[in-house]
Amino acid sequence: MTVRVQEADFDTQAEINAITDGTDEIGGVASFIGTVRKTHDGEMIKAMTLEHYPGMTEQALETLKAQAQDRWPLYGVTIIHRYGRLLPGANIVLVITASQHRQAAFDACQFIMDYLKTDAPFWKAEELADGTTRWVEPRTRDTAAKQRWST
Amino acid sequence: MTDTQPNTTIRYFAWVRTRLNRAEDDVTIPAAGMRLQDLAIMLQEQSTSHAVIFGRPEALKAAINKQYADLSALVMPGDEVAFFPPVTGG
Repeated sequence: MTVRVQEADFDTQAEINAITDGTDEIGGVASFIGTVRKTHDGEMIKAMTLEHYPGMTEQALETLKAQAQDRWPLYGVTIIHRYGRLLPGANIVLVITASQHRQAAFDACQFIMDYLKTDAPFWKAEELADGTTRWVEPRTRDTAAKQRWST
Repeated sequence: MTDTQPNTTIRYFAWVRTRLNRAEDDVTIPAAGMRLQDLAIMLQEQSTSHAVIFGRPEALKAAINKQYADLSALVMPGDEVAFFPPVTGG
């Protein structure tokens, strides 16, 4: 069970192995990797800088992990989110969930990402080709995605 | 009780920080505490940028001691308070 907020990149396979090594109880592992897109709202992105609130961010991710564990029978949960200046193609976030059956692993992975989007204190600033920087606006569809879990 | 030394730090993130051109302010919270919405009114006096941003506190998110808090929540002296925009991670 791992939660990390870090500047460095992550090794997805190593993180999966950390969950699956030494156990034969797991029947399914789901993972999501979020990466920096080259374009956003039709504009070329030169780089993206992720800011966070040290301390609060880790706490928010730990809470999400605990909520997922309460809701699904999980053998492993990993949440890693990067901060700092990232170039297009770079990894931003990794979520791994492992369970006996695939549905719990898929659902828990989506649940964590949907809540992370609206609850974890991270903010993206995009550097555009002309050198200007703009803060990314939240999307209403992210709030809608979270609401499907509230039933 | 005449102590008016700043006793509480207000932290800013993302465009709240860049538009205010500072990462934090130190303010004096009365011993009995103060609601976040009243703190926002008090912060409006700090600069014209503060006046604009804290004139619409409902557009911001707030945290007290690293937990999300509503504008009706009570801030006590020494609390760590933060104001920031809706989050955009992931």
